[in-house]
Amino acid sequence: MLTFFARRFVGAILVCIAVTFIVFVIFIVVPGGDPAQRIGGKNATPQLIVNIRHSWGFDRPFYYQYWLLMKKMFSGDLVSYTSQQNVISQIVQGVPATFSLTIGAGIIWLFFGILVGVISAMRAGRWSDRLITVLALIGISMPVFWLGIICRYYLAEGGIATIFPDGEYVGLTENPFQWFWHLFLPWIVLAVLFIGFYGRVLRGNILDTINEDYVRTAKSKGLSPRRIMRKHVLRTSLIPVITLFGLDFAAVLGGGAILTETVFDLHGVGQYAAQSINNFDLPPIMGVTMYGAFFITIFSVLVDLFYAYLDPRIRPT
Amino acid sequence: MAERLLEVDDLSVHFATGDGIVHAVDGVSFELERGKVLGIVGESGSGKSVTAMTIMGLTRDINSRFSGAVNYQGRNLLELSDAEMQSYRGNEIGMIFQDPMTSLNPVYRIGEQIVEAIQAHEKMDKRGARRRAVELLRQVGIPNPEQRVDDFPHQFSGGMRQRAMIAMALSCNPAILIADEPTTALDVTIQAQIIELISRLKDDFNSAVIMITHDLGVVADIADEIIVMYAGRVVERADKRSLFYDPQMPYTWGLLGSIPRLDRPRPERLHSIKGAPPSVINMPPGCKFRPRCPHAFEKCMEEPELENRVETPGHLDRCWLDVEVKRSVRDATIAGEAPEAA
Amino acid sequence: MAQPAESEFTLDTAAELAARDDSTVIRGRSPWYLAWRRLRRNYFAFASLALFILIVLVCAFAPFYANHVAHTGPNTQHVLDQVTVNGKKVDVVSAGGVIKGKLVPSIPIGPQWGAAGGKFVLGADTLGRDVAVRLLYGGRNSLLVGIGSSAICVFFAIILALLAGYFGGWIDFVITRFFDLFYAFPVVLLGIALGSALAINGFHHFGINIQSGSLWIPLLVISYVLIPYVGRPLRGQVLSLREKEFVEASISQGASPLRVMFSELLPNITSSVLVFFTLIIANNIVLEAALSFLGAGVQDPTPSWGKLIADGQRLIVTRPMLALAPGIAIVLTVLSLNIFGDGLRDALDPRAKVRVEH
Repeated sequence: MLTFFARRFVGAILVCIAVTFIVFVIFIVVPGGDPAQRIGGKNATPQLIVNIRHSWGFDRPFYYQYWLLMKKMFSGDLVSYTSQQNVISQIVQGVPATFSLTIGAGIIWLFFGILVGVISAMRAGRWSDRLITVLALIGISMPVFWLGIICRYYLAEGGIATIFPDGEYVGLTENPFQWFWHLFLPWIVLAVLFIGFYGRVLRGNILDTINEDYVRTAKSKGLSPRRIMRKHVLRTSLIPVITLFGLDFAAVLGGGAILTETVFDLHGVGQYAAQSINNFDLPPIMGVTMYGAFFITIFSVLVDLFYAYLDPRIRPT
Repeated sequence: MAERLLEVDDLSVHFATGDGIVHAVDGVSFELERGKVLGIVGESGSGKSVTAMTIMGLTRDINSRFSGAVNYQGRNLLELSDAEMQSYRGNEIGMIFQDPMTSLNPVYRIGEQIVEAIQAHEKMDKRGARRRAVELLRQVGIPNPEQRVDDFPHQFSGGMRQRAMIAMALSCNPAILIADEPTTALDVTIQAQIIELISRLKDDFNSAVIMITHDLGVVADIADEIIVMYAGRVVERADKRSLFYDPQMPYTWGLLGSIPRLDRPRPERLHSIKGAPPSVINMPPGCKFRPRCPHAFEKCMEEPELENRVETPGHLDRCWLDVEVKRSVRDATIAGEAPEAA
Repeated sequence: MAQPAESEFTLDTAAELAARDDSTVIRGRSPWYLAWRRLRRNYFAFASLALFILIVLVCAFAPFYANHVAHTGPNTQHVLDQVTVNGKKVDVVSAGGVIKGKLVPSIPIGPQWGAAGGKFVLGADTLGRDVAVRLLYGGRNSLLVGIGSSAICVFFAIILALLAGYFGGWIDFVITRFFDLFYAFPVVLLGIALGSALAINGFHHFGINIQSGSLWIPLLVISYVLIPYVGRPLRGQVLSLREKEFVEASISQGASPLRVMFSELLPNITSSVLVFFTLIIANNIVLEAALSFLGAGVQDPTPSWGKLIADGQRLIVTRPMLALAPGIAIVLTVLSLNIFGDGLRDALDPRAKVRVEH
């Protein structure tokens, strides 16, 4: 068991290293042209460009550039020349908002996703199932940012009602109620997409599992339908859903909620990335990309371990 | 006469599908007495599994229709509600299935699954149930049951898994054990062991057994009475000896003929019944076996009834041919020398 | 000898009768035929497909609309123009400034529907461009990027999946690591990273030259980013197919790797590919919208639905149609694809309980 742990962990480290390399390739190598100019941003002075060229090593060999980049990233010395701010500290500042958004939305979407999945599976084939399916599909088909804009307009900004505050994030420690209230719409908007998706995945899994031989055996033992659903059907059907959740959660945590954050002006990590894009400000984009990748890697190791816990066939004996 | 446990009376099962109505089982009747083994033999699609599952109530579905009766100790199981049926499953009638690997839940330990079966019907605490589970495993021949009871299904071999399934099915002392192709997924050597185990347990638990198989060799040993099914109908019913020594259906001859035998001269090719079973949606008129029967004649366009003949008391069959004629052409057919249907 | 009186039983009779066989036999049907039959019965799915095709056609006829109905192009600005509405002349973009002591913003005209004779049916944006025209041209671009990127993505995903699944060994190792690596990035972030990196200077490597504002950039970025998401499940399928006997049989008969991959493996993953392709188009349309919304997709002045939403954001209070229209367009397109893809998946692999009339 320990070797399994260790192997996955080492694998994750290797992936992280590779991720850094990819970030390097994407931002420095791929675009071509003058990287110093790009990093300096729109308002770079010629002197600044020369400084950048030297401090980032663009006048030196390729591997040295990579080395310098890594040094900058990990020593916290990554600076956005456009905004004159340290990237790492900016990311850290955005973390509370991103975490609050993700964790809250995650709980909502997991709970309702499972609920929707179970209900539609139990009523499979009937009109209530079709209705739920269509609603779920509509949820999946709406671009998150558009839904966010609409909600904000109609429910917050004064289009129809001003029930909700108009974006912005309030710290949990500052004012718990406002924290909740400000996050309510973003949570719903972010969760809608996932609820639809998870509901359908779970429904499919349940319908598949119901036809499995061991469910037939459970029935033949005279177990109650409730017990069969709980202990035999759901246990197996939920495994893929939980693992999916682990990965999605990590992605959102890692800045994947960039759209929701931007629309609701939450000043989280994602929004920071979005602003940087508009300015073509590369150091922050690099920083956020790496931050996101690390999160996912860690979570995928966690998910693998959890999967092994849930499914004894995977466990190494 | 031993206690009559089960009486299946003119049972018919139909399924509605997108392609039409499937007549899976059509007018099947038989009885089962305590301590006896009934073998149900037939090809895939003959309706044997559907019959068994219907006895257990496992075919109840939005698209299935039943007629006739399945009388267990006086009550018609078809008329019971799902909740009432639940109390019979596992408790009065137990069932084991073909593939023990997929029939056991892979994420739970064997012991847990047996305990679950016990606790479904008997008021017993976990510890007591677990002790019973260990005992059951010992009875079915699993070595070291105290350890193995905590293993997962994938840690058992195929034969052992089937033994565990048998233990699970017998855990509440059901009066009837239904075994649906219990050995098909196993090695031939293990096959013999499982059959012998079932036979022994039947005596130990004083229950009756319904053994379903496509392989006449499997029932040759253990069955008391055998029914042969084809296209959802019973086409022959007899006690074991009569079936093997005086079979009355050309279909049965075909089945017997296709068993390789050591005491006969080795044929050029193994004899098989030509053709395929009929579509269960569009049945041919008359005798269902007619298209494949080398001895079909005019009268076969009319469906024969399942009848007892004077010459063969207690032995029912569905064939128009006269008993004399059958006996004269039979041996040739079994040996594979009869003309094949074109 | 008790023989039925009706006929003489002879060997010839038996043969004759057998020849007269009029019973129905179980007819073997290919899984494709069965799937097609199931799909045919799903009216909902077909209606959705029809809707999608309708949308594609309408967008394809964008130039027709632009020239004959709206009489303007997607990028033509009419900031200073006036248009005749019900006989009166109105400013396309109202002049802002201080009116009666209050600061009034400059607002473009709202949806005219039919009142202006086909012009500005959905209104104008801040630069005086006809929203309806931009909607249709934007649709063209969004659909092009969506469908094109899916095609490229699925194409490469199939090849990689076949190679990895068939050859195994170090080829599989490399390809799987490649997938894993890109799985580590949140899709949107990776798309943004690549999109913005390429948006500045375009792509000029390996002899390929793509300019900064070209549609190829979002197209290639999206196809590239999605490859692992299609490739990994396909690889899994190929791997399990690889173990089946018919593949072994084919190899033992001397079939070359190419032949095994294309004649044995590929046909068996086709149903997955079809479903994936449909759903990925839906996904990519939304992804393109997201990237363009953020500025990492299509660049000004090229329209796309996502871009239009971004443009319309600022005016959401006064001119909601600017952001609503492209959003609704996306929802309808993606929804129709999702419903059809769902029906396709059900037809190819049915499992739901459906009540049958009998």
